[in-house]
Amino acid sequence: MTENLLEVTSVNKSFGGVEANRDISLSVAQGSIVGLIGPNGSGKTTLFNSIVGYHPVDHGSIRFQHKEITRLLVPDIARLGMLRTFQQTRIYNGMSCLNNMRISMPCETKGLKSLFMSLSTKQTEKINEMLSFVGLYSKRHLLAGELSFGQQKLLEFAMALIADPKLLLLDEPTAGINPTLINGLIERLKIANQQLGITLLIIEHNMRVIMNLAEHIYCLAHGQILAQGTPEQIQTNPIVLDAYLGTS
Amino acid sequence: MNNRYYYLLLLFVSLAAPFVLPDYRTQLALLWVMVIFALTWDVMGGQMGYNSFGNILFFGVGMYACAVIQRDSGLSYFPALLLGIAAGGVIALLLALLIGNGLLGLRGHYFAIGTLGLGVAAGEIAGGWDYIGAGSGMTPPLFPTELTVRDTFFYYLFFIWALLTFFSLHWLYQGRFGLALNAIRDNEDKAEAMGLHTTRYKVAAWSVAALFLGVTGGAMGNLIGFIDPKEVAFAGSTYGVWMILMAIAGGKGTLWGPVIGAVVFHITQEIFWTLLLGWQRVALGALIIVIVLFFPQGIMGWVRQQFPRRIDSDQLTSDQLTSDQITSEQIASKQRIPDNPRQTHHQRKNKQSHPL
Repeated sequence: MTENLLEVTSVNKSFGGVEANRDISLSVAQGSIVGLIGPNGSGKTTLFNSIVGYHPVDHGSIRFQHKEITRLLVPDIARLGMLRTFQQTRIYNGMSCLNNMRISMPCETKGLKSLFMSLSTKQTEKINEMLSFVGLYSKRHLLAGELSFGQQKLLEFAMALIADPKLLLLDEPTAGINPTLINGLIERLKIANQQLGITLLIIEHNMRVIMNLAEHIYCLAHGQILAQGTPEQIQTNPIVLDAYLGTS
Repeated sequence: MNNRYYYLLLLFVSLAAPFVLPDYRTQLALLWVMVIFALTWDVMGGQMGYNSFGNILFFGVGMYACAVIQRDSGLSYFPALLLGIAAGGVIALLLALLIGNGLLGLRGHYFAIGTLGLGVAAGEIAGGWDYIGAGSGMTPPLFPTELTVRDTFFYYLFFIWALLTFFSLHWLYQGRFGLALNAIRDNEDKAEAMGLHTTRYKVAAWSVAALFLGVTGGAMGNLIGFIDPKEVAFAGSTYGVWMILMAIAGGKGTLWGPVIGAVVFHITQEIFWTLLLGWQRVALGALIIVIVLFFPQGIMGWVRQQFPRRIDSDQLTSDQLTSDQITSEQIASKQRIPDNPRQTHHQRKNKQSHPL
């Protein structure tokens, strides 16, 4: 039995009168790929934000590697090895792809000294390897802001990978990407999971993608966990179908 | 390298300048002060995208700190000056750490507004504090030898300090520090999500600017010879605004931009004073409008547009491949487990149609 890397226990989060997340519990096993689906506005991104410490939760606990992280700040959680990507891709527009990657490398030293360090050749090689992995090596000197949307998504993915996370939260990695590129991205996600040993928690609207990737899927609706199970179970679950298509 | 000759030429011109133009020694010394102003403002304003209107605070604090030490230390002129300059830098740095930790929690425009009051408040406080001469200001001790030697001395002092500022920043921008500042400029939320302690970087950046400004202020008080709280030390409406203008005019976010901006600005400003006395501020205003309208990216930005950077040679050879080609090759080489059960499972499922 594999250990749980991330454990979310009965998390509540409301914005004013809107209960975005209500009593949500989920767990992500070490080395797995877990999917999070649900209609628009069902609270998926809110849950992501709660997990990475972007806003405090009203109630409940979040544990990462058995460590309580509910009250930690965003950068501290990121440094523990849990990173997220954004639904609206966020990269450093005014910097070259290479520099986007360089600043995403984890620090080798701690404290004040780390502010003034420069990169070793070994790290540069690793960056080039990672850029080739996502197919952006030839664009490495371009400003990130000049890349196409799909390429920016790939860059953001590469930036997350180079930071060497244990758990990666991906918020709609394939939204707005053309079908050919999506296939490539699925392959890369699998490679990241199997060969780099990165556990993945993925929000995704593209059912083909998520059913392909995930071993276990949670379905959210109206801020609550509606159903969970293997892709097969989710696909045949009448409650899930109702949530997406509406009852007639 | 061609660059080396340019540097040597610049160095030679700078060293010879006070002897070639002996009448302009004070102005030339001031030129280096302007360069330091623009360079230090650009650390926050250009590289990090945080417009600070309060950097003049550190300049004034350094100036007063130096003057107080010169007055009270009992040392002879040069040791006291050296100690005072150093103290000015250190006190400015500590002040930046103190204020920065509070103020740099604010982001973007809110930070800019927050800094607006700093210089004004400091000027008011200095103007009412008897220990530092209150409204009548302070007069640093007289330079022990004749005036021409004094001007030459300060020329070289500011020249060396400007060089130190330039190369320190050059070194800082090349490493992780510079990258982090740029990352904060481009997307602070992302930088935080990637694990950067952005507030630490912001405070560090401000402290670096404060250190160089504080030292400059300390020496500047001695060059001018009189410290007025509002017109010299915390001169927000002149130096405080100029440092921003020079950095923007030259091209913010670059290393050479502020330097070029400062030189161009200072020379034009002096020409306006000489030729258009009475209208010099109007002419200066017109110049600013021209710069903002026609060179919004500054002189350096305009130059970069006209002469785009050459592409690296290795980029041309290996990178003719399209990204898709590299992609498939990479995947082929990376996938060493073709008969992985899970993969076949996925491939099988790939062909199924999904009800959702």
